[in-house]
Amino acid sequence: MTRGWLVVLLVGAATAAIKAAGPALLGGRPIPGALVPVFSLLAPPLFAALVATQTFASGHRLTVDARLLGLAIALAAAFLRAPAIVVIVCAAAATAALRLVAGGSP
Amino acid sequence: MDRATYRSGALAVLPLAAAVLVLGVTFGALAVSAGLTPAAAVAMSATTFAGSAQFAAVGILGAGGAVSTAVVSAALLNARYAAMGAAVAPALHAPLWKRLLIAQLTVDETWAVAWLPGGKVSPERLVGAGLALFAAHVGSTAVGAFAGARFRLDPGAWGIDSAFPALFVVLLRPHLRSRDGRIAAALGAALALLLTPIVPVGVPIAAAATVSLIGLRKP
Repeated sequence: MTRGWLVVLLVGAATAAIKAAGPALLGGRPIPGALVPVFSLLAPPLFAALVATQTFASGHRLTVDARLLGLAIALAAAFLRAPAIVVIVCAAAATAALRLVAGGSP
Repeated sequence: MDRATYRSGALAVLPLAAAVLVLGVTFGALAVSAGLTPAAAVAMSATTFAGSAQFAAVGILGAGGAVSTAVVSAALLNARYAAMGAAVAPALHAPLWKRLLIAQLTVDETWAVAWLPGGKVSPERLVGAGLALFAAHVGSTAVGAFAGARFRLDPGAWGIDSAFPALFVVLLRPHLRSRDGRIAAALGAALALLLTPIVPVGVPIAAAATVSLIGLRKP
Protein backbone atom coordinates (compact mmCIF):
# COMPACT_ATOMS: atom_id res chain seq x y z
CA MET A 1 0.00 0.00 0.00
CA THR A 2 1.26 3.49 -0.77
CA ARG A 3 1.93 6.06 1.97
CA GLY A 4 -0.94 8.14 0.61
CA TRP A 5 -3.57 5.43 0.99
CA LEU A 6 -2.19 4.46 4.41
CA VAL A 7 -2.64 8.05 5.62
CA VAL A 8 -6.15 8.19 4.11
CA LEU A 9 -7.20 5.02 5.96
CA LEU A 10 -5.59 5.86 9.32
CA VAL A 11 -6.74 9.50 9.42
CA GLY A 12 -10.25 8.40 8.42
CA ALA A 13 -10.36 5.76 11.16
CA ALA A 14 -8.96 8.11 13.80
CA THR A 15 -11.42 10.87 12.89
CA ALA A 16 -14.40 8.49 12.95
CA ALA A 17 -13.34 7.26 16.40
CA ILE A 18 -12.89 10.83 17.70
CA LYS A 19 -16.32 11.94 16.45
CA ALA A 20 -18.00 8.82 17.83
CA ALA A 21 -16.31 9.16 21.22
CA GLY A 22 -18.75 11.78 22.53
CA PRO A 23 -22.01 9.87 22.02
CA ALA A 24 -20.41 6.47 22.66
CA LEU A 25 -18.46 7.13 25.86
CA LEU A 26 -20.07 10.11 27.53
CA GLY A 27 -23.71 9.31 26.76
CA GLY A 28 -25.35 12.58 27.74
CA ARG A 29 -22.76 13.83 30.25
CA PRO A 30 -20.77 17.01 29.47
CA ILE A 31 -16.98 16.87 29.10
CA PRO A 32 -14.96 18.03 32.14
CA GLY A 33 -15.05 21.85 32.23
CA ALA A 34 -11.28 22.28 32.76
CA LEU A 35 -10.59 20.62 29.39
CA VAL A 36 -12.81 22.91 27.31
CA PRO A 37 -10.20 25.73 26.94
CA VAL A 38 -7.55 23.14 26.01
CA PHE A 39 -9.73 21.76 23.21
CA SER A 40 -10.43 25.27 21.88
CA LEU A 41 -6.69 26.10 21.92
CA LEU A 42 -5.60 23.03 19.92
CA ALA A 43 -6.21 24.52 16.47
CA PRO A 44 -4.28 27.86 16.66
CA PRO A 45 -0.81 26.43 17.51
CA LEU A 46 -1.22 23.59 14.99
CA PHE A 47 -2.21 25.95 12.16
CA ALA A 48 0.53 28.43 13.12
CA ALA A 49 3.11 25.63 13.21
CA LEU A 50 2.00 24.54 9.73
CA VAL A 51 2.28 28.12 8.43
CA ALA A 52 5.75 28.53 9.96
CA THR A 53 7.27 25.22 8.86
CA GLN A 54 5.77 25.29 5.36
CA THR A 55 7.23 28.76 4.86
CA PHE A 56 10.66 28.49 6.49
CA ALA A 57 11.57 24.78 6.52
CA SER A 58 13.26 22.79 3.75
CA GLY A 59 13.56 19.36 5.29
CA HIS A 60 15.55 20.01 8.48
CA ARG A 61 16.98 23.36 7.36
CA LEU A 62 15.44 26.74 8.08
CA THR A 63 15.62 28.95 4.99
CA VAL A 64 14.29 32.26 3.77
CA ASP A 65 13.19 32.07 0.14
CA ALA A 66 10.44 33.20 -2.22
CA ARG A 67 7.83 31.53 -0.01
CA LEU A 68 8.25 34.41 2.49
CA LEU A 69 6.78 36.86 -0.05
CA GLY A 70 3.88 34.44 -0.56
CA LEU A 71 3.27 34.38 3.20
CA ALA A 72 3.36 38.19 3.45
CA ILE A 73 0.81 38.48 0.63
CA ALA A 74 -1.37 35.77 2.21
CA LEU A 75 -1.34 37.54 5.60
CA ALA A 76 -2.22 40.89 4.02
CA ALA A 77 -5.06 39.38 1.97
CA ALA A 78 -6.42 37.35 4.88
CA PHE A 79 -6.50 40.35 7.21
CA LEU A 80 -8.27 42.37 4.49
CA ARG A 81 -10.90 39.60 4.67
CA ALA A 82 -10.31 38.41 1.12
CA PRO A 83 -12.05 35.10 0.23
CA ALA A 84 -9.96 31.95 0.74
CA ILE A 85 -9.38 31.36 -2.97
CA VAL A 86 -8.05 34.93 -3.43
CA VAL A 87 -5.63 34.52 -0.50
CA ILE A 88 -4.30 31.22 -1.87
CA VAL A 89 -3.98 32.28 -5.52
CA CYS A 90 -2.32 35.63 -4.65
CA ALA A 91 0.23 33.91 -2.40
CA ALA A 92 1.13 31.29 -5.01
CA ALA A 93 1.31 33.92 -7.78
CA ALA A 94 3.59 36.19 -5.71
CA THR A 95 6.02 33.34 -4.99
CA ALA A 96 6.03 32.22 -8.63
CA ALA A 97 6.53 35.80 -9.87
CA LEU A 98 9.46 36.42 -7.52
CA ARG A 99 11.18 33.21 -8.66
CA LEU A 100 10.63 34.20 -12.29
CA VAL A 101 12.13 37.66 -11.69
CA ALA A 102 15.06 36.11 -9.78
CA GLY A 103 15.79 34.01 -12.86
CA GLY A 104 14.89 30.55 -11.59
CA SER A 105 12.06 28.29 -12.65
CA PRO A 106 8.65 29.48 -11.45
CA MET B 1 -38.65 14.42 12.89
CA ASP B 2 -40.11 16.32 9.94
CA ARG B 3 -38.67 16.99 6.53
CA ALA B 4 -38.95 20.78 6.76
CA THR B 5 -36.41 20.85 9.61
CA TYR B 6 -33.94 18.77 7.62
CA ARG B 7 -34.39 21.17 4.72
CA SER B 8 -33.94 24.25 6.93
CA GLY B 9 -30.62 22.81 8.10
CA ALA B 10 -29.47 22.19 4.54
CA LEU B 11 -30.50 25.73 3.51
CA ALA B 12 -28.85 27.36 6.53
CA VAL B 13 -25.51 25.79 5.63
CA LEU B 14 -25.58 26.89 1.96
CA PRO B 15 -23.67 30.19 2.46
CA LEU B 16 -20.97 28.20 4.27
CA ALA B 17 -21.04 25.52 1.57
CA ALA B 18 -19.62 28.03 -0.95
CA ALA B 19 -16.43 28.28 1.12
CA VAL B 20 -16.39 24.49 1.47
CA LEU B 21 -16.53 24.13 -2.33
CA VAL B 22 -13.44 26.34 -2.72
CA LEU B 23 -11.55 24.47 0.00
CA GLY B 24 -12.61 21.10 -1.51
CA VAL B 25 -11.26 21.99 -4.96
CA THR B 26 -8.08 23.34 -3.32
CA PHE B 27 -7.68 20.19 -1.23
CA GLY B 28 -8.12 17.93 -4.25
CA ALA B 29 -5.49 19.81 -6.26
CA LEU B 30 -2.97 20.13 -3.40
CA ALA B 31 -3.41 16.49 -2.32
CA VAL B 32 -2.54 15.32 -5.84
CA SER B 33 0.47 17.67 -5.95
CA ALA B 34 1.59 16.16 -2.61
CA GLY B 35 1.56 12.66 -4.11
CA LEU B 36 -1.93 11.23 -3.46
CA THR B 37 -3.85 9.63 -6.31
CA PRO B 38 -7.12 11.42 -7.20
CA ALA B 39 -9.06 8.41 -5.86
CA ALA B 40 -7.20 8.60 -2.53
CA ALA B 41 -7.93 12.34 -2.26
CA VAL B 42 -11.67 11.76 -2.80
CA ALA B 43 -11.67 8.80 -0.40
CA MET B 44 -10.05 11.02 2.25
CA SER B 45 -12.74 13.70 1.92
CA ALA B 46 -15.44 11.02 2.19
CA THR B 47 -13.98 9.20 5.20
CA THR B 48 -12.39 12.06 7.16
CA PHE B 49 -14.83 14.88 6.28
CA ALA B 50 -12.76 17.49 8.16
CA GLY B 51 -10.88 19.82 5.81
CA SER B 52 -8.25 21.21 8.18
CA ALA B 53 -7.02 17.76 9.29
CA GLN B 54 -6.91 16.61 5.67
CA PHE B 55 -4.78 19.61 4.65
CA ALA B 56 -2.44 19.03 7.61
CA ALA B 57 -2.02 15.33 6.79
CA VAL B 58 -1.23 15.78 3.09
CA GLY B 59 0.90 18.88 3.84
CA ILE B 60 3.13 16.85 6.17
CA LEU B 61 3.21 13.92 3.73
CA GLY B 62 4.15 16.22 0.84
CA ALA B 63 6.96 17.82 2.90
CA GLY B 64 8.46 14.34 3.44
CA GLY B 65 7.06 13.64 6.92
CA ALA B 66 6.31 10.14 8.22
CA VAL B 67 2.86 8.55 7.99
CA SER B 68 2.68 8.43 11.79
CA THR B 69 3.29 12.17 12.29
CA ALA B 70 0.76 13.00 9.57
CA VAL B 71 -1.86 10.85 11.31
CA VAL B 72 -1.09 12.18 14.82
CA SER B 73 -1.23 15.82 13.68
CA ALA B 74 -4.55 15.26 11.89
CA ALA B 75 -5.98 13.50 14.95
CA LEU B 76 -4.91 16.39 17.23
CA LEU B 77 -6.60 18.89 14.90
CA ASN B 78 -9.77 16.80 15.05
CA ALA B 79 -9.71 16.41 18.83
CA ARG B 80 -12.09 19.37 19.12
CA TYR B 81 -14.75 17.23 17.43
CA ALA B 82 -14.77 14.96 20.48
CA ALA B 83 -15.90 18.00 22.48
CA MET B 84 -18.52 18.97 19.86
CA GLY B 85 -19.78 15.38 19.61
CA ALA B 86 -20.13 15.26 23.40
CA ALA B 87 -22.18 18.47 23.38
CA VAL B 88 -24.51 17.16 20.65
CA ALA B 89 -24.93 13.70 22.24
CA PRO B 90 -27.71 14.56 24.75
CA ALA B 91 -29.98 15.81 21.90
CA LEU B 92 -29.72 12.59 19.89
CA HIS B 93 -32.56 10.21 20.75
CA ALA B 94 -31.87 7.30 18.44
CA PRO B 95 -30.31 3.80 18.50
CA LEU B 96 -26.56 3.82 19.17
CA TRP B 97 -25.56 2.99 15.56
CA LYS B 98 -27.62 5.94 14.32
CA ARG B 99 -26.17 8.31 16.93
CA LEU B 100 -22.64 7.28 15.93
CA LEU B 101 -23.46 7.93 12.26
CA ILE B 102 -24.98 11.36 13.00
CA ALA B 103 -21.89 12.22 15.05
CA GLN B 104 -19.79 11.71 11.86
CA LEU B 105 -21.58 14.72 10.33
CA THR B 106 -20.39 17.00 13.15
CA VAL B 107 -17.94 19.57 11.70
CA ASP B 108 -17.44 23.26 12.47
CA GLU B 109 -20.08 24.46 9.99
CA THR B 110 -22.85 21.91 10.76
CA TRP B 111 -22.24 22.34 14.46
CA ALA B 112 -22.89 26.07 14.11
CA VAL B 113 -26.11 25.46 12.14
CA ALA B 114 -27.46 22.83 14.56
CA TRP B 115 -27.46 25.18 17.58
CA LEU B 116 -30.80 26.92 17.95
CA PRO B 117 -31.29 30.22 19.79
CA GLY B 118 -31.66 29.31 23.46
CA GLY B 119 -28.85 26.74 23.44
CA LYS B 120 -30.72 23.66 22.16
CA VAL B 121 -29.35 21.33 19.47
CA SER B 122 -31.54 20.23 16.55
CA PRO B 123 -30.47 16.77 15.30
CA GLU B 124 -32.58 17.25 12.14
CA ARG B 125 -30.79 20.49 11.25
CA LEU B 126 -27.45 18.80 11.97
CA VAL B 127 -28.27 15.92 9.59
CA GLY B 128 -29.71 18.21 6.87
CA ALA B 129 -26.69 20.54 6.99
CA GLY B 130 -24.29 17.60 7.29
CA LEU B 131 -25.55 15.78 4.19
CA ALA B 132 -25.52 18.98 2.08
CA LEU B 133 -21.99 19.81 3.22
CA PHE B 134 -20.77 16.23 2.71
CA ALA B 135 -21.94 16.28 -0.93
CA ALA B 136 -20.26 19.67 -1.48
CA HIS B 137 -16.99 18.54 0.18
CA VAL B 138 -16.62 15.22 -1.64
CA GLY B 139 -17.82 16.55 -5.01
CA SER B 140 -15.50 19.56 -5.01
CA THR B 141 -12.55 17.39 -3.93
CA ALA B 142 -13.15 15.17 -6.97
CA VAL B 143 -13.15 18.23 -9.27
CA GLY B 144 -9.87 19.55 -7.80
CA ALA B 145 -8.17 16.14 -7.68
CA PHE B 146 -8.94 15.10 -11.25
CA ALA B 147 -8.15 18.59 -12.60
CA GLY B 148 -4.87 18.55 -10.62
CA ALA B 149 -3.94 15.14 -12.03
CA ARG B 150 -4.86 16.23 -15.56
CA PHE B 151 -2.56 19.26 -15.44
CA ARG B 152 0.18 17.47 -13.43
CA LEU B 153 0.92 20.34 -11.07
CA ASP B 154 4.47 20.01 -9.76
CA PRO B 155 4.61 21.01 -6.05
CA GLY B 156 7.70 23.14 -6.69
CA ALA B 157 6.22 24.99 -9.68
CA TRP B 158 3.99 28.04 -9.92
CA GLY B 159 4.26 28.82 -6.24
CA ILE B 160 2.14 25.86 -5.17
CA ASP B 161 4.48 25.45 -2.19
CA SER B 162 3.14 28.86 -1.07
CA ALA B 163 -0.48 27.74 -1.49
CA PHE B 164 -0.25 25.43 1.55
CA PRO B 165 0.90 28.05 4.11
CA ALA B 166 -1.58 30.55 2.60
CA LEU B 167 -4.38 28.09 3.17
CA PHE B 168 -3.31 27.59 6.79
CA VAL B 169 -3.30 31.40 7.22
CA VAL B 170 -6.96 31.33 6.12
CA LEU B 171 -7.77 28.58 8.64
CA LEU B 172 -5.77 30.31 11.40
CA ARG B 173 -7.21 33.82 11.05
CA PRO B 174 -10.52 33.34 12.95
CA HIS B 175 -8.56 31.90 15.90
CA LEU B 176 -6.54 35.12 16.22
CA ARG B 177 -9.53 37.11 17.47
CA SER B 178 -8.99 36.02 21.08
CA ARG B 179 -5.88 36.91 23.06
CA ASP B 180 -5.32 33.27 24.08
CA GLY B 181 -5.60 32.25 20.43
CA ARG B 182 -2.91 34.74 19.41
CA ILE B 183 -0.57 33.64 22.23
CA ALA B 184 -1.10 29.95 21.40
CA ALA B 185 -0.45 30.59 17.69
CA ALA B 186 2.77 32.54 18.36
CA LEU B 187 4.09 29.90 20.77
CA GLY B 188 3.12 27.08 18.39
CA ALA B 189 4.95 28.66 15.45
CA ALA B 190 8.05 29.39 17.56
CA LEU B 191 8.16 25.88 19.03
CA ALA B 192 7.77 24.28 15.58
CA LEU B 193 10.65 26.33 14.09
CA LEU B 194 12.89 25.58 17.10
CA LEU B 195 12.27 21.83 16.69
CA THR B 196 12.61 21.72 12.88
CA PRO B 197 16.42 21.17 12.79
CA ILE B 198 16.43 18.50 15.51
CA VAL B 199 13.39 16.20 15.12
CA PRO B 200 11.92 14.26 12.14
CA VAL B 201 9.89 16.26 9.57
CA GLY B 202 6.27 16.66 10.69
CA VAL B 203 6.96 16.11 14.41
CA PRO B 204 7.26 19.90 15.09
CA ILE B 205 3.59 20.23 14.01
CA ALA B 206 2.33 17.56 16.41
CA ALA B 207 4.58 18.94 19.18
CA ALA B 208 3.08 22.43 18.75
CA ALA B 209 -0.25 21.00 20.00
CA THR B 210 1.23 20.86 23.53
CA VAL B 211 0.91 24.66 23.59
CA SER B 212 -2.86 24.17 24.02
CA LEU B 213 -2.14 23.15 27.64
CA ILE B 214 -1.83 26.87 28.45
CA GLY B 215 -5.66 26.61 28.48
CA LEU B 216 -5.32 24.83 31.85
CA ARG B 217 -3.89 27.87 33.64
CA LYS B 218 -6.17 29.88 35.91
CA PRO B 219 -7.70 32.90 34.17
